[in-house]
Amino acid sequence: VSAVRYAVRHETLYRYRGEVVHSHQQLHLTPRNSSRQSCLQHAIEISPAPSMRSEYVDTFGNLVTRVEFDRPHNRLQVIARMQVSLDEVPEIDLEEGESWEQVRDQLCYNANSREEEWVEGMRYRGESPYVRIKRVLGDYASDCLRPGTSVLSVANALMAKVHEEFTYAPGATEIATPLLEVFGNRRGVCQDFAHLMIACLRSAGLAARYVSGYLHTRGTEADVCALPPADSPRLLGADASHAWVSVFAPPWGWVEFDPTNNLRVSQEHVALAWGRDFGDVSPLRGVILGGGTHKLAVSVDVEALPAV
Amino acid sequence: MRMRADNTQLLYPGSMQRYDELLERDGTVRQHWRPLIDHLALGGADTARRCVEMTRRLVIENGVTYNVYADAQGRDRPWQLDPLPLLIDAKEWAEIESGVQQRAQLLNALLADLYGPQFLIAEGIVPAELAFGHPNFLWSVHGTRPLGNTWLHLYAADLARAPDGRWWVLSDRTQTPSGPGYALENRAIIARVLPGLVSEMGVRPLTGFFNALRQNIMQAGEDGAAPLAVVLTPGPFNETYFEHAYLARQMGLPLVQGQDLTVRADTVYLKTLGGLRRVHAILRRLDDDYCDPLELRADSALGVPGLLGAVRAGRLTVANALGSGVLESAAWLGFLPGAAGLLLGETLRLPSVATWWCGERPALDYAIAHLDRLVVKPTFPNQKFEPRFGRNLDEDERALLIARLRSRPYAYVAQERIALSQAPSWRAGANVRLTPRTLTMRVYAVATASGYQVLPGGLARIAAEGVVDIVSSQRGGGSKDVWVLADADVTRNAANDSSAATEPTVTQRLRRHDDLPSQLVENLYWLGRYSERCENKARLLRATLAMRTNVAIWRTAREACVHYGVLKADEEPTESLYDDAQEFGLAADLGRLGWCATQSRSRLSAEHWRSISVMQRHFHESGATLADPLETLDRLLVSLTALCGFALDDMTQDDGWRLLMLGRRLERIQFLAGLVAARLADGGLIGQGELEWLLDVGGVSITYRTRYVSTPRLQPVLEMLIFEESSPRALAFQWQAIRHTLADLAQSLGSVPDDQLEEPVAQLSAIATAGVEDSGAHGAARRQLLSASLSVLAASAGRLSDRLALRHFSHVDLDLQTVAT
Repeated sequence: VSAVRYAVRHETLYRYRGEVVHSHQQLHLTPRNSSRQSCLQHAIEISPAPSMRSEYVDTFGNLVTRVEFDRPHNRLQVIARMQVSLDEVPEIDLEEGESWEQVRDQLCYNANSREEEWVEGMRYRGESPYVRIKRVLGDYASDCLRPGTSVLSVANALMAKVHEEFTYAPGATEIATPLLEVFGNRRGVCQDFAHLMIACLRSAGLAARYVSGYLHTRGTEADVCALPPADSPRLLGADASHAWVSVFAPPWGWVEFDPTNNLRVSQEHVALAWGRDFGDVSPLRGVILGGGTHKLAVSVDVEALPAV
Repeated sequence: MRMRADNTQLLYPGSMQRYDELLERDGTVRQHWRPLIDHLALGGADTARRCVEMTRRLVIENGVTYNVYADAQGRDRPWQLDPLPLLIDAKEWAEIESGVQQRAQLLNALLADLYGPQFLIAEGIVPAELAFGHPNFLWSVHGTRPLGNTWLHLYAADLARAPDGRWWVLSDRTQTPSGPGYALENRAIIARVLPGLVSEMGVRPLTGFFNALRQNIMQAGEDGAAPLAVVLTPGPFNETYFEHAYLARQMGLPLVQGQDLTVRADTVYLKTLGGLRRVHAILRRLDDDYCDPLELRADSALGVPGLLGAVRAGRLTVANALGSGVLESAAWLGFLPGAAGLLLGETLRLPSVATWWCGERPALDYAIAHLDRLVVKPTFPNQKFEPRFGRNLDEDERALLIARLRSRPYAYVAQERIALSQAPSWRAGANVRLTPRTLTMRVYAVATASGYQVLPGGLARIAAEGVVDIVSSQRGGGSKDVWVLADADVTRNAANDSSAATEPTVTQRLRRHDDLPSQLVENLYWLGRYSERCENKARLLRATLAMRTNVAIWRTAREACVHYGVLKADEEPTESLYDDAQEFGLAADLGRLGWCATQSRSRLSAEHWRSISVMQRHFHESGATLADPLETLDRLLVSLTALCGFALDDMTQDDGWRLLMLGRRLERIQFLAGLVAARLADGGLIGQGELEWLLDVGGVSITYRTRYVSTPRLQPVLEMLIFEESSPRALAFQWQAIRHTLADLAQSLGSVPDDQLEEPVAQLSAIATAGVEDSGAHGAARRQLLSASLSVLAASAGRLSDRLALRHFSHVDLDLQTVAT
C-alpha cells in the first residue's frame, strides 16, 4: 500500500469597505487524522495579528482555532498551510456488510445499552440546520433502497443518482440556498450535493456526516470540485474547498463517498473536518463589528509531493 | 373565632368530572378555604365589586402588562388577574415542594449528563433522538461544564390536578421560565386587595426568592473581584419584557441587551458609561440558540458574539446554562422515572402526565390504538404541528394523522388528557356568585448552595371561559395568586428570614452607579431630548393656533411651524398633528419619546412610566377621534410638564440622570436659540403681536407680564428669553445648568469637562441686547449680530451633543454581521 503526500495552501482574504472595529473568528482549518489520513505538519498564518488566539477540540473531534481582533482593520488574511499523507483505502465489496434496514433499526432507540460507535452513529442521523428531513427527499431516494441491500450499495446507488441527475453549476447556489430549492432546480455545487445525499440517507434512517476538505485535481477548468480527465495538467490556484459525505456502514465503520464526482473517496481527498453539516465545519466563520460591505477572495492549492 | 356567614349565595354547584379546589364532593367548603369564603360572604356584593375593581386598577397602575411596548398606538395588554387566590394547605404543599425540588435536581443532573458523558444515552435510559434531534441541543456546549455543575438555576413545573386530587406535572420549563415576576406582582396586588386575610390566614411570603437566585449566580469570580451580574433581554418587543425589567429592578441588576455586552479574550464585559466592566454572570431571558451568533444561530442580532467561548473558558455563569432548552419536550416525560432511578437512585415523587414517545414501536402502536383518549403533540418545538385531540378528528383527518405518525414516529408524542381541576373566580359585574374556572399552576424553584429552593406560591393560570382543558395566556386566560398556607411558627420564621435577605448590603449599593450600560444612558439622553422637543413643538403649535385670527402674525408663525415640522404647508393643523407618518411631526416625536422610555424603563419609577404611557394613550385616543388640536395640546403640555417634574424630583441623580438632563438642556438651546435667531435674521423690527407669540412659544408669557406689566417690547422680551438666569426656560439658565452638569459628569468619570459652549456663550453675553430696539441701520446691525451669535450657540449645542454621543455611546452604533466561507 503506497501513501500519497500533499501540500495544501488555503488562502482567505477579506477586504472590508469600512473599518472593522472588533472581530471574532472561528477556523476549521486543521486537517484531521483518521484511518486513512495523517497530518504531517500544519500552520495558520493570520494578518493582522490577532489580539487573542486559542484552540479547542469541538464535540465532533475537530480542532478549532479561535481568534479575536480588537484593533480597527480593513482586511483579514488567513493562510493555512498543511502537509498530509493519505493511505490507500482498503478494497471493500460494496455488497457486503449489514443491510440498510438492519442498520436503520439498530440506530433507533431500543432501551438497550449501546457500543460507543453506535452512539457516535446516532449523532449523525437526525435533522440539522442545513439538512432538513423532508418526505420528498425520502421519496427521491426510494429506488436506491432495495430491500436487503447493504448500506454501502445504497450509498453508492444514491451517489450515482445524485451525480447523474444534478448539474454541477458554480454560482447557481450560495450557502444559504435551502436544500429543497437545490432539489427543485436540480443544480448546485459540492456542498449542495453533499447535503442532499446526507438528507436522503438520514431520511432512510441512516447516519451520514458532512466532510469538509480539499480535492487534489489535475484539472485546468476553473471549477475543480468536478474532476477533469486524468491526463490534463494541474494548475496552481485553480483548486477550491470541497465537501463530500461519510456514511455509517457497519462493520466497515464510516465510508466516504463524493457525489460531485461519483467516486469513493480514496487518495485525492484531504479531509479538514467533519460534522452534521456545513454549519458545523465552515472553514472560517466570524462575527464582525462594523466593516460595511466586503469582498472575499479564496484560493486553494493542492500540490502532490514526491513519494518518500 | 370568626363568625360563620351564610355563603349559599356565593357558591356554585360542584363538578362530578373534576376536582374542585374549593368544594368537597358533598358541596361543602373545604377546611382551608373557609376563612376566605366567610370573609367574602360577610362582605357581600360591595366587597366583590370593590375587589374586582381594585385588582383591575392596581394592575393598570402598576403597569403590569403582557406586552408592553409603549407605542403611540397604546397596544399594551394589561395582565389579567383574578382577585381570588388559589389556596393550598401546608400538608399538600409539602408534597408539591418536595416533588418539584427533586425534579429540578433530576433535570439538572440530566443536563449534566447530556452535555457531558452521555451515559444515559449509551445505557439506553433515554433516547439519543430526543437530545440529538432537539433544536435546543447545542452541540457546541457539549463538553463544557458550568461553575458548580449547575445547569438549571431557575426551573418551573406546570402542574395540574387530576379528578382524584393528585397533582401531575404537565411540562417542564428549563430554558428561561417566565412568570416569577408576574407571581410576585400578583401577590403585591392581592395583598392590597385582601389585606387582613394574608396575615390572618398565615400565607407564606414570597420574598427572598430572587435574592436566592441572585446569590447563586453571583458566586464570586475567580479574579476575586466583586461579581457583576446582568439580566439579558431580547428587548422591549418581547411579550414578557415587563417581567425582564421587573426582575432587573427586583434583583438590583442592570437590564441589558446583547449589544450592551462585548466579549474580549473569553471575558464578558458590559459597556458602561465609565468604560468596560467585567460581567461574571448573565441571567438570560433570551433563547438558547440566539445567544451567540459566532457559534449558534448566525442570523441572531440579539446575542453576544463569543459568549460560548467565555462559558467554555469557565469565566462566565449563564442562568440557565446555554442548551438547557433541550429538556423542553413532552417526549422526555416517559423517560424521567428511569433517569431518576439511575441518576438519583430515587422514584419520582410527582408523576408526569402519561406520555408516549412514538419513536418506540410499542408506544406508537399504543398511541394509534388509543387515539380517541390521547392528544398528539410535536416532539420538538420547531415543528409546525398544532396539538390534536384524537377524539375531535373525522375519519380522513385521523387517517392522515396516523400516516404522519408512521412516517416520522420519533417526531410525535401522545399524551393522556387530564380533566383539569377547577377553582372559584370572580368576574366584574353585578352577580356576586363565584364561577368555576379550570386551572393549571406553575411552580418555581431556584438553585441555592444547599439545593433547590421552591417558591412557596406560584402562578396559577385559569381558562378564559368556563371549564376547558387548555389554559394559556396567549389565548386570553387569566392568572391567580397562589396562597400557600403555613402554621403560625413557620410564618414567623419566614418573615424574619426574608427581611434579612432582601436588605441589600452596602457593597451592592455602592456598585450600582458605575454599572450603567452605555445604551441605557443613550436612551435616557434621547428621552430627555424628545421630552423637551415635544414640549417645544407643542408650545410652538399651540401659540400659533392661538394666533390664527391675527393675519399679521399667522403667516410668520405658520412658517415657523412648517420649518419645525409640526405643520405641513398644505394641511389642516388637525391632520398634521395626528399624522405619525410625518417625519418631524409631533406625533412621530411622541412615538420616539415612548420608544426611548420603553428602552430605559428599568430606570423609571412606576409613576414616571405610567404617566408616559397614559400620555401616549390619551394622545392616541385624541387622534382617533380627531379631537380639537388646542384641547389636545393643552392636555399634552400638562403631561409633558409633569415629565419634567419626574426628571427633576423622581430620579436618582447619577450619571444616567445627568445625560438625561443634558439632553433636555441642549434640546432647549437648539430650539430656542434657533427660533429667536431666525426671527432676528433679516434685521427688521419685530411687531408686538409677534413678540407675544414668541413669549408664548418660549413658555414665559406669565413671567414676563409679572415682571414688566407693560405690553411686550423687543429688548425685555429678548432679555427674558436669553439672559434671564432665574427663568428655567431662558437660554442662560440652560447653559449654566449644562456647565454644572458637565463638571459633575467629568468628576464622576475622571475626565475633563467639555468646553464647547463656553466661547459662544461668552460672545453672546458680550453682545447682549443693547441697541436692539434702535431704528435705522445701527439697530438692524445689532439685531443681525445678535442673530448670528445665537445661531453659533445653537450650532455649538448640536456639536456638543455629537461629542457626547461619540464619547459615551459610540460603541453602540455599529452593526454586527456574521460572515462565513
